[in-house]
Order: sequence, then structure tokens, then C-alpha cells
Amino acid sequence: MNTRIDKLITAGLILYVVAVFIFVFAPIITSMIFSFNSDRFASIPLGSFTLHWYETVYNDPDVWDAVQTSIIVAVSVGILSTFIGFCTAYTDYRYSFRFKNGYLVLALLPPTIPLIIIALAMLAWFARIGASGQIWSVVIAHTVLCSPFAMAVIRLRLQQIDLDLEPAAWNLGASEWVAMRYVIVPFCKPAIVAAMCLTMAVSFDEFVVAWFVSGLNKTVPVIILEILQGNVDPQINAIGTFVFVTSMTLVVIAQLLVTLRSPKRSST
Amino acid sequence: MSLFKVDGYALTWRLPLLVWQSIFFIGPLVFMVAITFFLVKNYRMREAFEMINWIKMLSRGYFWDSYFLTLWLATLSTLTATIVAFPASYALAFKASATVRRWAVFFLIIPFFTSYLVRTFSWYVILAEHGAINAVLSWFGLGPFTMLNTPFATIIGYMTLCLPLVVVLQTLSLANVDKNLIEAAWNLGAGWMRTVFGVIVPLAKTGLIIGAVICFILSYGDFVAPYYLGGSKPPTLSILIIDTTKSGQQWPRAAVVAVMMMATLISVAFTAVYLAYRRK
Repeated sequence: MNTRIDKLITAGLILYVVAVFIFVFAPIITSMIFSFNSDRFASIPLGSFTLHWYETVYNDPDVWDAVQTSIIVAVSVGILSTFIGFCTAYTDYRYSFRFKNGYLVLALLPPTIPLIIIALAMLAWFARIGASGQIWSVVIAHTVLCSPFAMAVIRLRLQQIDLDLEPAAWNLGASEWVAMRYVIVPFCKPAIVAAMCLTMAVSFDEFVVAWFVSGLNKTVPVIILEILQGNVDPQINAIGTFVFVTSMTLVVIAQLLVTLRSPKRSST
Repeated sequence: MSLFKVDGYALTWRLPLLVWQSIFFIGPLVFMVAITFFLVKNYRMREAFEMINWIKMLSRGYFWDSYFLTLWLATLSTLTATIVAFPASYALAFKASATVRRWAVFFLIIPFFTSYLVRTFSWYVILAEHGAINAVLSWFGLGPFTMLNTPFATIIGYMTLCLPLVVVLQTLSLANVDKNLIEAAWNLGAGWMRTVFGVIVPLAKTGLIIGAVICFILSYGDFVAPYYLGGSKPPTLSILIIDTTKSGQQWPRAAVVAVMMMATLISVAFTAVYLAYRRK
């Protein structure tokens, strides 16, 4: 084979991958740069370095309210959706039953439906059952959206468990509940924490459904959306950078927990 | 064991999903279909069984303009993402080491967790009349080009949303292709093009189609890119839903649009699954 052409193709492909990564990260890096830029209307060349936009955000009580709402929502969603995800993953791991395929479709369907449709459906439904505009309307809606992610993360962990481990506990006299408490849950612990971080990050970032159902309890992304709709100003970059750092912290923790092998396997 | 014995333990794990998703997921979706037949009087929804919302929406030219525009933009976005992603995924799957690939996938998942709104706003700044791209072009005496409020900008926005995910899915499916088969194709004298399109693509078909379908769904439902970058003239279906919902409380008519979107997506998804799993 003509190795020189081969090398050229490989070099071209590497450049191409770099270009794709530049495209993917350009907007993220741009927003970080502009969050420190003094000009009100973003243009090239840049103005001078400033923390003005961070100060504006810091002194804005609306943003603080939103941060508070977002945190309450994210934590509640993290706990609820991880619980539902765990139950579902365990059911899928342990049992087979009639309509199991239907059960799994129900478990994994939400992310395949456009958010705008879910948002409208939830808005109408919550108005109907008298649950609209509350902080927990957002919690309920986000839990629906997030539990499939939790389920997937925990199911992957259960994939690695030795199939004889649970029956061994039963044979040694443990009830199903005791085996769950001392075998399954400890084994799944890293995945459970990872699922919590992941679902919190998803909830922290979601704006379509939150915008429709939150009423006056705006979350941070809803504030961003409202700034975008009104007088666009670089505050948005400062808030965005803050959201980015928060979500990334959660994602990195999740990633570390999933990839790092726990040194002692199921300690009890 | 009795057939009717209630297994409390099993039910404890099975019920949370069933209860939660029935009340808060299936419930809303079914209710949304129901309200397409409701009436709105004095800004309040009233139960009814009338076809008026369907007739009003489907007989309007602007609905169909939006319908076909959305379909076209989502298709264009899917084709663009699939084609643009492929060489990158190919390189990551076959030219990169497993470690590099893992890191690349990790970095491609990062954008999924950064605010899509903020990224869109960044593109707004980059593509603007006095933005970064035109500034660079002006050094060479080119431009300025109008990029905002064009389909081009909309597609850029869609790519922001979809491209990383499509690259990840393509990379994972390509990396699973049996290397021996590629080797065999080479040894049998198949050229570069023939190996890629005759061997690799058919073997990775399922993953490639899943990536495309996800891109289609995301682009089809997104309102941020067509609104803030594309200028929304005419609006896409998702923007139509927002406008109809937020102004005048016309939830039933917005629901008609949503049901039409669902029907379209389901047909597209079924066609794609059929293509993905069809045997030759």
C-alpha cells in the first residue's frame, strides 16, 4: 500500500477531529472570555478586563432567588429520580415478567420526546390537578425527565455484579431485604452517587419544561432565557460560566465514581 | 407458590416507576391529546368535544409553512450532523488509541452539561455583523457577511446541540466493528472507499442510524436555534407552540401542534428503526 497517502489521510483526519472539537468548544470558551469583557455589546476587538458582570449578577436578588430555587429543585430531583431509577434498574436486573418490554419502554421513553411537547403537556396537566406554578411542579417534571438517566447509570453497575452474590446471601439466611441492604446497595453505591450528580446536573440545566411550569419560582436557566428575550447583556455569560462550573463539578464527580474502581468490593 | 401470592418485595421495586410515570408522564401526554378537543372561553379552558381546534389549525397556511419548514430544517440538520460527524468518528474509532478515545468521548459529553442557551448566545456573538468571524474576515478585506437570521445560523445552532452526541454515538458503534473484517476487506483488495462504505458503514449501521434519529428528534423539538439564530421567519413548530401557549392561553391549539409533532416523530422513528434492523 501507498504509505505516504495513508499518512496524509491520517494527518487530515486528525486535523478534522481538532476542527470538530474547536467547533464544539468555541461557544463555551467565547462565553467565558466575554464574561470578563468590559464592552456592553460584544464585539471584536475586546474591551478591557472586568469583573463588572459578575458583580451585577452577585448583586441581583432575582439571581440569588433563582440559584436557591435551582438548588432545591436539583437536590430533590437528584434524590427522587435516583430512587426511581434504582428501583427500575433493580427490577430489570432481577425479574422477568409479562409486559416487561412495555415496562422498560415506559422507563426509557421520556428523553425521546421533545421537551417542548412535555412542557406543554405538563403545564396543562398541572393546571388540571391543581399543582401549577409551584416549586415542586418543577421537581415532579424534572424527575420524570431524569429518572431514565439514573436508571441507565445504575443498571450498568448492576451489569457488573456477580449473579450468584445475591442468592449466596439468601442461602446464608439473609432475607431479600437484608440482602438488598448489605449486598446490592453497597455494590451500587458509586453508581447511586453518580446518578445523583448526573440527574442534578441535568435538572440544573433544563430550561424548557422549567420555563413552562415554574410560574414565579424561576430557576437559573429560566432567568437566562428571560435575559435573552429582553435586553441581551453580558450578565448572561457570567451566569453561564457559573452554571458551567457547577454542572461540570457534578459531572466530573459522577465520571470519577463510575470509572474509578472501588478498591474494596462490597465491603460487608 | 400460589399464582396470586403478592410478592411485596418485588412490588416495592416495580411500583415507583409505574406510579410516577403513569401520573406524571403518561397522564400529561394523554391529557394533552384530550385538550385538543376542548374550548377556550374568556381565557379559560372548558371541557368539550369539538373538532374546532383541529379545523382551525390544520386549515391555516401558516401551520403548514411551519410544519414543512421544521421537517426540512430537522432533516437538513440530521444530514449535516451525520456527514460532518462521520470522519471525526472514523478517526476516533480507528486511528486513536482506546485511552484517547475515552477522553475524547468524555470531552464530547461536557457540552451536554453546559447551558445550551449560553452557547447559543455565544454563537450569536460570533456570527454577528461585528462578531468574531467577520472581524477575522475583515483583516483579509472580506465581508462583512450576514450570517444571523439565516438557515445557516439555525443549522449552526442545531449542530451545537447535536454534533457532540452524534460523534459519540458514531464513535462507539464504529469502535465495535470487528477489525478482522476490515483487515479482510483490505487483504481482498478493496480500496479505501469500498472498505469504508461497503464494509464499515453497513456493520455500524444501527449506531449510525440511532445517532441520526436522536439528532432529528433534538433538532425537530428545539426552539432556541431557530428563534435566536434563525430569526424565526417563519416560526418552526416548537416556536408556534410557545407563541400559541403564551399569548392568548390557546392551549388546545398548541396541543394540536404538539400532537402533530408527535405523530410525525413517531413515523420518522419507526421508519428509522425499520431501516436499522432490516436484514438485507
